[in-house]
Amino acid sequence: MTDQRSQAEIVRQSLKRRYRKERRFRAYGVIAIAIALGALLTLFTDIIGKGYTGFMKTTITMDVQLDGEMMYLDDPTDERQIKMADFVEPLVQSLIKEIPGASEENRKQVRELINPYASVELRDALKANPEWLGTTQTMTFLSHTDVDVYVKHAGDDAYSIKLNDQQKAWVEELQERGVIETSFNDVFFSGGDSRDPSKAGILGAIVGSLLTMFVTLILSFPIGVAAAIYLEEFAPQNKFTDFIEVNINNLAAVPSIIFGLLGLAVFINLFGMPRSVPVVGGLVLTLMTLPTIIISSRAAIKSVPPSIREAAEGIGASKMQVVLHHVLPLAMPGMLTGSIIGMAQALGETAPLLLIGMVAFIVDVPDGFFDSATVLPVQVFLWAGSPELAFIERASAAIMVLLTFLISMNALAIWMRKRLERRW
Amino acid sequence: MNTVNTTITSEVGQPEEAVVPISDEKPAETVIEEGKTVGKPFADDPKFKLRDVDVFYGDTRAIKKISLDIGRNEVIAFIGPSGCGKSTFLRCLNRMNDSIDICSVKGSLHLDDHDIYDPKRDVVELRARVGMVFQKPNPFPKSIYDNVAYGPRIHGLANRKSDLDEIVENSLRKAGLWEEVKDRLDANATGMSGGQQQRLCIARAIAVSPEVVLMDEPCSALDPIATAKVEELIAELSESYTIVIVTHSMQQAARVSHRTAYFHLGHLVEVNETNKVFTSPEHELTESYITGRFG
Repeated sequence: MTDQRSQAEIVRQSLKRRYRKERRFRAYGVIAIAIALGALLTLFTDIIGKGYTGFMKTTITMDVQLDGEMMYLDDPTDERQIKMADFVEPLVQSLIKEIPGASEENRKQVRELINPYASVELRDALKANPEWLGTTQTMTFLSHTDVDVYVKHAGDDAYSIKLNDQQKAWVEELQERGVIETSFNDVFFSGGDSRDPSKAGILGAIVGSLLTMFVTLILSFPIGVAAAIYLEEFAPQNKFTDFIEVNINNLAAVPSIIFGLLGLAVFINLFGMPRSVPVVGGLVLTLMTLPTIIISSRAAIKSVPPSIREAAEGIGASKMQVVLHHVLPLAMPGMLTGSIIGMAQALGETAPLLLIGMVAFIVDVPDGFFDSATVLPVQVFLWAGSPELAFIERASAAIMVLLTFLISMNALAIWMRKRLERRW
Repeated sequence: MNTVNTTITSEVGQPEEAVVPISDEKPAETVIEEGKTVGKPFADDPKFKLRDVDVFYGDTRAIKKISLDIGRNEVIAFIGPSGCGKSTFLRCLNRMNDSIDICSVKGSLHLDDHDIYDPKRDVVELRARVGMVFQKPNPFPKSIYDNVAYGPRIHGLANRKSDLDEIVENSLRKAGLWEEVKDRLDANATGMSGGQQQRLCIARAIAVSPEVVLMDEPCSALDPIATAKVEELIAELSESYTIVIVTHSMQQAARVSHRTAYFHLGHLVEVNETNKVFTSPEHELTESYITGRFG
């Protein structure tokens, strides 16, 4: 009896210790998750906090008097006259009229408030509407980047304000009167890169990314799936197959910049393909994505229960019919999930693309697979390294766009897995 | 239970007659002479004629020189302790072992005078003639209709939709499933009960009108009521098909089969009419097994 009681006692004591251990173990897990979530939260608040201003533009709205004499222009349909005409003067004169206390002597300072590209916009507007000559039109132009920075970041030490006190006072006055306004930055989504931060957009990079991804997808998915099916279903079990398997796994671990070097050496130097084009980018990313797709597709094929295979074979289906009718449909969700994750990885890849020249400064939105292009992560890289601080918020905004793409791709992968997954 | 680990080496007279319950005592040691089968392993006009069959898994000899005839429209049951080779032997009959790389089959195996292992013969043709039902119900994750129609489709047995409908209905009727599923042929087969799934697998196997149906422990995953239905079905099918069934249940063997073959450690020990095997076995190992001394 005494023995038994003491045993119960021992168990009770050890129980206490066990409970303590379990609580501690759980606490470790909670801490780990808290750290991970904290890192994520910091990342997002930092990027969003710095970058949301990238989605805003500063504009100047004013009545522009389109005086032919002032512009040295009497026929806006004449190409030569348009080329020679002065489109800066009407802008400067109009803005001087908007600023109380400014006069002809301040014209240089006033001119520095207007975006250098505004005169181009005015020219294009007049070319499109020749009847405007001699009238006064209410028009909206981008402000100079220095004004943009001042409006958004006045009082922030991180940004150097290049306006002088006189100009600052004018900008504040104009803001109060509603001449200078901030609004949603449509320029950011409708243009290519530019030397002028206010004019810079990511459409070129988005289109470049889409073209590159398209090439990657149509090459890597069929090749990857075919390789996985062959290795899993048809390859003989021998040393050579093992060798291939090991090397596919090795490829998955090769740093991506090496693939860039390979692309440079093979596609550009050997095959003589052009630099900076989405086709070469897509080929390089295909090489990089293939191991991921092969490995995940093989896992998906392996997870098809052998009983299904046996059932089909037992009825007399040939190897090919077993694969096409039964194994592939059942493995498809897993293959697609793996491919989407591989594509998401490729979308965020920068290093290999730097080596094949997709890091060039490209203003135009690419209009084909053989047109010079850049991609989103490279655009982020370019802007983040640029000396103008106004580019930093654009870089953050581009990161947000990139993250949106990545998160939606991963969400699609999860949704597809849930949706297509079959149970048996 | 003390069991089969007595690889039988030398003949030491009769086994002890006394009932040996759970004890450390080894059962009597008995020699099985290779290739020698007591009872009636041969038939006059066999469907399968199998002679001196050896099966190797790598270096392991899983089937040792088995010779057996399987008659037309006969139900033959393979019984024996786990690992005795009965499933392996069954799977030789439609070359299901082919997909196992290390498995090799020697000896002569004929189905109606056609060599089963003739490398020139396509295994697809063989499997259309010799259907198979597996231990675990394994319907395709497709509709009930598509499950049954799959075989006829890939073999091109029906050119028109109406022909295919007829085959599906007939097969499901033969499998005793038609009344239960006729209103939901488009439903996914994985939503059926285990017993229904297994009968669907039988319907799927007979939809290609095979001559032989191999069944590898078809009831081991089923409850007693489902088992009874499948057994009933086997009895009905035996009128038109040759059926080879592997089972762990001696009652089942006794209920459904005409002949019973007892396997032991890769040897075919005894084959005879089922009632003879269960009432007066000729070989002492058979007797030990059916009286529950091991297995």
